[in-house]
Amino acid sequence: MNIDGITNGLVIDHIEAGKGMDLYNVLHLGELESTVALIKNVTSHKMGKKDIIKVDEVLDVDLDILGFIDPNITVNIIKDNVRVAKKHIELPKMVKNIIKCKNPRCITSTEQELPHIFKLTDPEKRTYRCIYCETEAEKK
Amino acid sequence: MNNLLSITDLSTQEIDSLIEKAQDIIANPDAYHEKCKYKKLATLFFEPSTRTRLSFEAAMIDLGGRVMGFSEAQASSAAKGESVADTVRTVGCYVDIIAMRHPKEGAPLVASMHAGVPVINAGDGGHNHPTQTLTDLLTIKTEKGRLNNMTIGLCGDLKFGRTVHSLIEAMSRYDGIKFVLISPDELKLPNYVKQETLDKKGIEYEETTNLVEAMPKLDILYMTRVQRERFFNEEDYIRLKDSYILTPEKLVTAKPDMTIMHPLPRVNEISVAVDDDPRAAYFRQVKNGKFIRMALIMKLLGIS
Repeated sequence: MNIDGITNGLVIDHIEAGKGMDLYNVLHLGELESTVALIKNVTSHKMGKKDIIKVDEVLDVDLDILGFIDPNITVNIIKDNVRVAKKHIELPKMVKNIIKCKNPRCITSTEQELPHIFKLTDPEKRTYRCIYCETEAEKK
Repeated sequence: MNNLLSITDLSTQEIDSLIEKAQDIIANPDAYHEKCKYKKLATLFFEPSTRTRLSFEAAMIDLGGRVMGFSEAQASSAAKGESVADTVRTVGCYVDIIAMRHPKEGAPLVASMHAGVPVINAGDGGHNHPTQTLTDLLTIKTEKGRLNNMTIGLCGDLKFGRTVHSLIEAMSRYDGIKFVLISPDELKLPNYVKQETLDKKGIEYEETTNLVEAMPKLDILYMTRVQRERFFNEEDYIRLKDSYILTPEKLVTAKPDMTIMHPLPRVNEISVAVDDDPRAAYFRQVKNGKFIRMALIMKLLGIS
């Protein structure tokens, strides 16, 4: 299958197979006017299978969201058909309004306007906890 | 802004200095009678409490300050649907410091982000209750003369009991502490407390369902109430609430200088017959609660 290269935009690579659609949704790529390709189950030497997203537009992507979903993702920035940057993602120390706290006793369950903020408490286990009630976030 | 939302907000040095200050207040109460003159404390209690609210108010009064507030959500604009943030923004215009109890976990953190004055967490659901932990530490220090080298038995509801989790965190900072965790299987200490506090710090502990067998080993016996409000299911509550009741007969094998503690209120987990035993420290613990809160209010207001 052939997908055209992009002139100016970005390639989100090394996405764990099956998570591409999650990323597509969380980055609101469906709302873009430009060409977007979500390629699933691409053969990869390193990963066996992976997903790739190509966006034909230079976007200011929230790297924290990507890092939260999967810190192994890489983001390639393409300008004039040339890759000008390759960004490795890190686990964000804090994420805001990406996931919601599921604890029914948490203050966010009754005060709807509060932002849902989680902080990284154990980088090794990729554990995030709600800053209000300290309930552990479900793994993505 | 100085706040106290969790016992983990305080370094060991800060805890030690609060205890030292409280002991000085106990020894020289007259020296503190005007320390907070013209200062105001708001007690915002969105759920009922006897000891915690009154001890905060008594603490401020004994420091020469004044108090205002409400003792249930229905008596505040929360009943009209006002947010915590808006409530404390308003109250912060009137007072110098706020003590807040709220049934929802994390409400005091929200308050601290908006109040503009120091906020003390006076209990947020099953989450944190740091002034209870400070009270417990002052009691242990006063009763034993030390905070290290002892075996602490924690008995009852170790699953939902917030005071137990905070006490474990706080006491794990000191040398030579061992814990005996005494509870029915359904109310055992959660794994995350074992892993993130006890195992991480290499603290020795054992788990048992038998209070009588554990008794002779203990320097402190910390009893807790099996709380109805922490259960979703009434049947589970009724089945487990009588699991561990302390009676004079069960104390026969206890050390003569063991200290019996309880955060109160009790239902029936300590028989009234135990109250006259000199080892029963739970009403002395209540008294300590006022003194440590005096020390805390002064610290957060920057008064030495």
